[in-house]
Amino acid sequence: MTVTAPPVVIETPPAIATPVRAGAGSKVLAWVIMLAGVLYFFAPLVATGERAFRAIGRTFSFEAFRRVITDPEFLRTFGESVINAVATIVVSLLVIVPTAYWVTLKVPKLRSIIEFITLLPFVIPAVVLVFGLIRMYSRPPLAILGSYGSTRIILICAYAALSFPYMYRSVDNGLRAINVRTLTEAAQSLGATWPTIVWRVIFPNLRVALLSGALLTFAIVIGELTVALYLGQHTFGPFMSNLVRNFVAEPAALTILSFAMTWGAMGFISYLTRRQPGKRRMRRRP
Amino acid sequence: MAFLVLDRVRKEFGGSTAVEDFNLAVEAGEFVSFLGPSGCGKTTTLRMIAGFEKPSVGRISIGGRDITNARPNERNVGMVFQSYALFPNMTVGQNVGFGLKLKKVGREETQSRVNELLELIHMPDKGDSYPHELSGGQQQRVALARALAIRPQVLLLDEPLSALDAKIRDELRIEIRRIQRTLDITTIYVTHDQEEAMALSDRVVVMSRGVMEQVGPPFQIYNYPETRFVASFVGKLNQIPGVVIDSKTVQCGDERLQTTTPIEESPGTAVNVMVRPEELDIGAGEENQLVGVVESVNFLGAIVRVRIARGEQMITADLFNERLLELPEVEEAVTISFPAHACWVMKAN
Ligand SMILES: Nc1ncnc2c1ncn2[C@@H]1O[C@H](COP(=O)(O)OP(=O)(O)OP(=O)(O)O)[C@@H](O)[C@H]1O
Ligand SMILES: [Mg+2]
Repeated sequence: MTVTAPPVVIETPPAIATPVRAGAGSKVLAWVIMLAGVLYFFAPLVATGERAFRAIGRTFSFEAFRRVITDPEFLRTFGESVINAVATIVVSLLVIVPTAYWVTLKVPKLRSIIEFITLLPFVIPAVVLVFGLIRMYSRPPLAILGSYGSTRIILICAYAALSFPYMYRSVDNGLRAINVRTLTEAAQSLGATWPTIVWRVIFPNLRVALLSGALLTFAIVIGELTVALYLGQHTFGPFMSNLVRNFVAEPAALTILSFAMTWGAMGFISYLTRRQPGKRRMRRRP
Repeated sequence: MAFLVLDRVRKEFGGSTAVEDFNLAVEAGEFVSFLGPSGCGKTTTLRMIAGFEKPSVGRISIGGRDITNARPNERNVGMVFQSYALFPNMTVGQNVGFGLKLKKVGREETQSRVNELLELIHMPDKGDSYPHELSGGQQQRVALARALAIRPQVLLLDEPLSALDAKIRDELRIEIRRIQRTLDITTIYVTHDQEEAMALSDRVVVMSRGVMEQVGPPFQIYNYPETRFVASFVGKLNQIPGVVIDSKTVQCGDERLQTTTPIEESPGTAVNVMVRPEELDIGAGEENQLVGVVESVNFLGAIVRVRIARGEQMITADLFNERLLELPEVEEAVTISFPAHACWVMKAN
């Protein structure tokens, strides 16, 4: 420590002498970085938009969008993916909410282990997951990959696993924001049973967390390609991928659409997050 | 038979004992405090009464009913937490009415009970507010009202004031006692603040390391502590080392001190003479006298705290302020005196 002290003393005077220039320099640098970021992010989007809105010749039109939306496969695959997404959300909630609640309440020591387990989908590539599933469920005693319907159930379960990192995070954050243990005990001493506590006390206070977890899950499932492809499911992901391979303007239109949906979902999350339960009345007060 | 009874209760957490051989009989309408340093088992004992922990050994009963194994939601016990624990998604009115709703009490009856309780906590017009719109003190009042709404047989409070400012704490302390008296409800109050315990309680249970050290009214606990721990934990205490001469006399350095409390230790035993700072006077007295040099004088308002060095040892004297009081000077040699009935003797450790 005593060795490093002198340089600090020597370097101090110049820093004090040129505070304005240093400030201006870093400001310029900040703007440059900002601009680079914006370009990096928006340039492809603008290019895509260009493609999408100029499907015929050079004129602006919604033709590409019209073609995509009126494609019967678009509605069918999108509808199927929406149903898959909703089912995934239900499965994921049923697994994660009680688990996270119980861990927080009874075995907080296991918290980091559970969190690690829920993060596994980040580490294991979807391809590995899907081949694992195929190996597991295509031969006795668990040969249930026979029909399209039963495979779809496997698909939904796989999606639920893929959603765990997001769902667990959201729910866990929600649980951290309220004092789960004390609230549970307060309700208990007032005579509440377990179902009452979960339904009347914990659930209402987790509404925002559950919604944001659900919307993230929705966003993942809607466009998922790998698992759906290998399990031979005719969902929105494979439909999009097919479109990309065979057309030019339509995929661009689709990209813009899915961007709009994702941003809409994000905006909805942040709107809900600001509108916490019980905070409505704030605005009415003078 | 007493209303709330803890009979040889003991609690272990994986090998280590948090509470040991806890025996207590609380009368109906009595206000009892658990007082002790951090980690002594106050909360654990309270949680066993509430049903959040099961005793490893022993029995607990309320109003003659054995509740040792009853679930928390079957006990009819009101609980107030340090962190208020109001339900954030419910209004004040809904919070207070929550327990009644669970009991399927009718709408009108619930409403009138809620109003009655909001009246009791002096917040009649806050029924529609949400918890986050209230101050800490107000939230804790609501928590109290919520616990009382279900007409519990016993009210349990775990350090309910320790998250609050000193001024609010004093106000709410008085409020809690007033409400407790109004409803005549049997109350257990956990605190590590001795002033709080003294000011509120009919009886205080002093605890240390999971063991009950002494149970008694505040006056008894303060003036007649039975163990060394109680003597030094509750209030300030001077301990003057010496050697027993006979059943009334101790030799302390060059001086001899008398006590009217018979000394049980045999002559020659090393002991401490115990005396509270407020029993000491500056100036010569008729019974016990000590000489020393003034080390510091602190004017605290109602009290003037004088620290006097007697060789290596420090003695604290608390003098009541009055306008004619002559403050001693620092470094001044003084005589301090106290009556023989003011002190007692405990064996040196
Ligand atoms: N759930 C538990 N598991 C293991 N040990 C526990 C548990 N609860 C309490 N203890 C231990 O029991 C002892 C008593 O704890 P308790 O919370 O009753 O103390 P306290 O008197 O309320 O202290 P404080 O004033 O800090 O609140 C402590 O040593 C604590 O570590
Ligand atoms: Mg405690």
